[in-house]
Order: sequence, then structure tokens, then C-alpha cells
Amino acid sequence: MAHLSDENMERARRLVAVYPERRSALIPLCHLAQGQDGWLTPEAMEDIAELVGVTPAEVYGTATFYDMLHTEPVGRHVIAVCTNIACMLEGAYELLEHIEEHLGARVGQTTEDGEFTVEEAECLAGCDAAPCVQVNHRFFGPLDSAGFDRLADDLRAGRLAGEVPRHGVLCRVERSVGLEASSAEGAERRERTS
Amino acid sequence: MITGAAPIITARLVHGDSHTLERYLATGGYEGLRAALAMTPEAVREQVDKASLLGRGGAGFPAGRKWSMLRKAEITYLVVNGDESEPATFKDHLLVERDPHQVIEGTIIAAYALGVSQAFIFCRGEFALGMERLQQACNDAYEHGALGAGIFGSSFSLDLVVHPGAGAYICGEETALLESLEGKRGFPRIKPPYFPAVIGLYGAPTVVNNIETMSNLPWIVTNGGDAFAALGHGSSTGTRLFALSGRVERTGWYELEMSKTTFRDLIYDASLGGGIRGGGELKAFIPGGVSAPWFGPDHLDLGLDQEAVGAAGSMLGSGSVVVMDHTTCVVRAAWRITRFFARESCGQCTPCREGSGWLEKILLRIEEGNGRDADLDLLMDVCDNLAPGISWPPQQTTICVLGSSIPSSIASAIRMFRDEFLVHVKEGGCPMAPSR
Repeated sequence: MAHLSDENMERARRLVAVYPERRSALIPLCHLAQGQDGWLTPEAMEDIAELVGVTPAEVYGTATFYDMLHTEPVGRHVIAVCTNIACMLEGAYELLEHIEEHLGARVGQTTEDGEFTVEEAECLAGCDAAPCVQVNHRFFGPLDSAGFDRLADDLRAGRLAGEVPRHGVLCRVERSVGLEASSAEGAERRERTS
Repeated sequence: MITGAAPIITARLVHGDSHTLERYLATGGYEGLRAALAMTPEAVREQVDKASLLGRGGAGFPAGRKWSMLRKAEITYLVVNGDESEPATFKDHLLVERDPHQVIEGTIIAAYALGVSQAFIFCRGEFALGMERLQQACNDAYEHGALGAGIFGSSFSLDLVVHPGAGAYICGEETALLESLEGKRGFPRIKPPYFPAVIGLYGAPTVVNNIETMSNLPWIVTNGGDAFAALGHGSSTGTRLFALSGRVERTGWYELEMSKTTFRDLIYDASLGGGIRGGGELKAFIPGGVSAPWFGPDHLDLGLDQEAVGAAGSMLGSGSVVVMDHTTCVVRAAWRITRFFARESCGQCTPCREGSGWLEKILLRIEEGNGRDADLDLLMDVCDNLAPGISWPPQQTTICVLGSSIPSSIASAIRMFRDEFLVHVKEGGCPMAPSR
């Protein structure tokens, strides 16, 4: 019995099909599994291993290399605070300290209510809005302490649910087509259009 | 000098809906592709050669020359590098979010010129909105007939896959990117071969080009390579997107004619950086991403020119300029940059894996007031293990250039501000305000 839902299994098969070699779908499938569970569970890694034809250990070994893939549970909102050079010059460490105090969770920790996980991030490419943070990979900045407190309130109250999907959901737009360049479907379409 | 050169890749961004197909088509979108399809692939390559387009990722390798290395084989791939993670670099982020169709059109043109029927855009995972817009644009481009079988009624077919990264700086290194795209840890591959054109994705010949490089192609094909080469000077042709951050009044992105515009223009002109924050004093600036050695006020009149910056001992790199002012602690700045490399080292090579961590620890103890007299020599000694001779361009002791990039900021900071390091050691701590 698969851990991924039927719907996600179907999505997963479509993802695998767009790569010349199925192992290439490993990371996209990790994102897909995180979208379902919020983190990458051992059960999901077993499904992924089967889908791409490697062992679960290889999925785990690959996933642990990457910052965005969480092999332990995280909060509903992952707050990634950039402290790299451009943000540091604008007071990112003071902001991070404030965030840790305000939420009562240090870097790497999750609040007791499971609402927030705090991360110290490397440069997020939002340097023109420094200091910046990402919440579930959505940008906010420049932020000061008061700005963060308002943001946290809004997140807790669900006022940003539209802009900030739940943790793990990366891309809300799915591929709408299969491969065409070498497929029979594609040949038909070529006939039609030429 | 700020020239009146019209923007090439950011022209559309005056529109709030620049990411949509509708706006793209209303502003000349996919005309470059139509023009390209009316030409032979060789003729398209010729225009790109004429444009002398330098790769915009960081290494600045001529795009045309990269293409000509592609080994003729049955299966070849084009991979677009959108894993932008060099600290202070945010141009590709802008391009995928605000003009994804331009990226895609450039990719299709490149694929046509190369005779490739399968392309990938590797998008940095943290760009969630960018990825959504790229995927939407990809779907729309198929629908519009610009992707898929028989593009715009021609015999050329191309499939494009938008692929998400998962958070690792090293995947910007092209061979690590290919490993990641193959579903593995992002370990750079041992060289030679130096170029994926020889052995790339799944072992097949592959060209890897940057997002901004691709974004220039529709304009080049529409207006001709000569028109592009007429902008800039020498080998630095065209315009380039510069990302300005740090202690200036107006941080942001600026598309500027290469070579003719200077760092002074970029940092001080009222229409660009607007000068140092609060009328402060410039202390140092990084001219091209944190892998680049630092410059000081003496270098302000250098042009934004790949060769000139290289000859002056640094690099234009990823086109990101970080400004430090009189309130910046250079020990802390060097420490933070080194900490980045320590966190992002993939761990394959000893000098990088161990050296980055030691350097970070030594810099931190100096900053926190526990530095020792011998620490400056020790820092330079570890740097020498990473990049023997600490010359520019650096010598390499590691598989990829991440390791040899680490000494840039440390050696610059010590060379330019030795006294500030010594004050930290003597006085047992940082003399500057805490944050900067």
C-alpha cells in the first residue's frame, strides 16, 4: 500500500515520464511528497525509491544533501531568515535574534504549537529587500522587528493562506503537457499544425 | 558614464503583468523565435558569435564558443542554469519571476541553433513564485505552439522541462547541477573533461547556459549580433543586469551598458545607487559576487567590463555589487562570507571541506575578541592551501572553484584592512557597532 495518495501517485508517474531517465524525477518527487506531508517521511521515500528505481537509502542519501528537503518534521510555517552578507549589512542578525525571542524557538527548532520552524538561510536572492525572510519559500522583506511581529500574527491567523501555501507545497502550477518532440501525440499535432 | 542604451532584457518589466503570455505577445514576444526559425541554425549561431555574448552566469565564457564545442551526437541536451545562489546575486530571480517567457524563448532559440530536442531549465528551488511562473509560461508556450512538436509549423520540435532545485549553492557549478538533475547529491564532477559539451547529462553532450544569457537571445536574433556588439566595448558587449546591494541609498537591479558605465556611476549616480547610505563613506565593495576579491575607493572609476575588472585583480562574476561603508566591520563581513562557503562546501575535497571550517572559526574568534597574534598568518596559510600563491585568478587544489574562491574575501580584507584585524586582536573584540 503506497504512502503517497492516489492523486499524488498519478502526479508522480506523470513527473517520472517527462525525464529521459527516471532517477531525474527523484528531487521533484521529494518536493511532491513534502507537499503532501509537510516533510519527507520514510514511507514516502520508499514510494519514491520504487518510482525512480533506486533504494530508499539512495533517496535518503540524496535528500539529506539539500537544504529544502526535511527528513524530520517541521512546523507549518518554516521561517528562513537570510543572514548572508547583503542582509547582514542591514541588520539580519538582530532580526534573527528578535525572531528567536519572539517565537521562543532557536534556529533549527519548532515552536511548541507546531506553527513555526526557524532556519538561518544562506542568500535567498532577495538582496534588494534586505533583510529578507522566506516563509515556506515565499519572500517577505525588508523586515524589521515590528514588521516580523505583524507577519507572524498574520500567519498565525491564517490571513496569508493564499500567498503562503502550507509547508512543502512548492509549485502550485503543474505541467499540463507530456513530451511531444519524439512522441506519437506530437507527430499528430505536427500534422495538424503544418 | 551612463549611456542612453535602451534596456534589452528588462524592457518589459515596466508592465506589472510582464510574466503573462498576453503581455509577452503584445510586446514583441516570440518574434525572435519566428525570426530564428526562418534562418538556418548555422545563421543563428553566427549572430550569437557576432554578438560576442559572454555567459552571464559568473565565469563569463563566450556563449558562442561554448556552443561550438558541442560534440555531434544523436542525443544532446541543453540545460539552462537558473540555480542562482551566489550571495548578493538576484538577477535570475528577477528574470524568472518577471519575464519567464523571455527565458523560454531564448532557450528555444538556443536549442534550435544547437539542434537539440530536449531542454531543461533548472530553477533554484527557493524561487517558488518564479517556478510557478516558469511552469505556467512553459504550459502557455506549448499551447501557443512555441514548444512541443513542429514549433510554429516548422519541422523543429523541442520539449522543455522546468526542474526544481532543492537548495544547494554548489548546484550552480554546472557539473554539480547535472548530477542534481540526474537525481543525485550535488557533487561536482572530476575534470577533465572540463566541459559538459564532452560528457554532460546522462553522459551525453550537453550545453549549460545561464538564465540571463538565454534572455538576451530573442533580442540578438531580432536585432542582429552586430547591434548587440555595438554596445559596450571590446569583449564586454551588450548590456548586463547588475544587482546592487549593501550600504547604498538605492539597492536594486540596473541594466546597464557594459564597459562604459563605471562602478562610481553604479554606486553614486542619483538614478542608480544614489550614493552611500546617509551620506556615509565607502569602505570597500565586492565587484562580482562573494567569490570575487574586494575593491576599494581607488577602483571606482573602473568600467563594468569583464577584462578591465579581471586585469585589476578581481572579476565581474555574477554582476552583483555589494557595498560596505564606514560602519561595516570587515572581519565580520569576511567571516560571514567564509561561513557561507563552509556551509555550502559539498565535502568532497579536503582543502575546501576542512579549510573553510577552520577559516570560519579563526575569523569568528578574532571578531569575538579571542584572536591571537599569529592568526593573520594562520588565515593566510590556510588560504594558501586552498589557492596556492593566493594569486588572481586563483590556483585550484579542489575539484571545483568553490574552494579556490574562499580566500578572495579573506585575503582582500587582510590586505586592505590589516590594522582593523590587529585592533580586534589587541583590544580583544570588535570596535564597531554590533550589527555591521
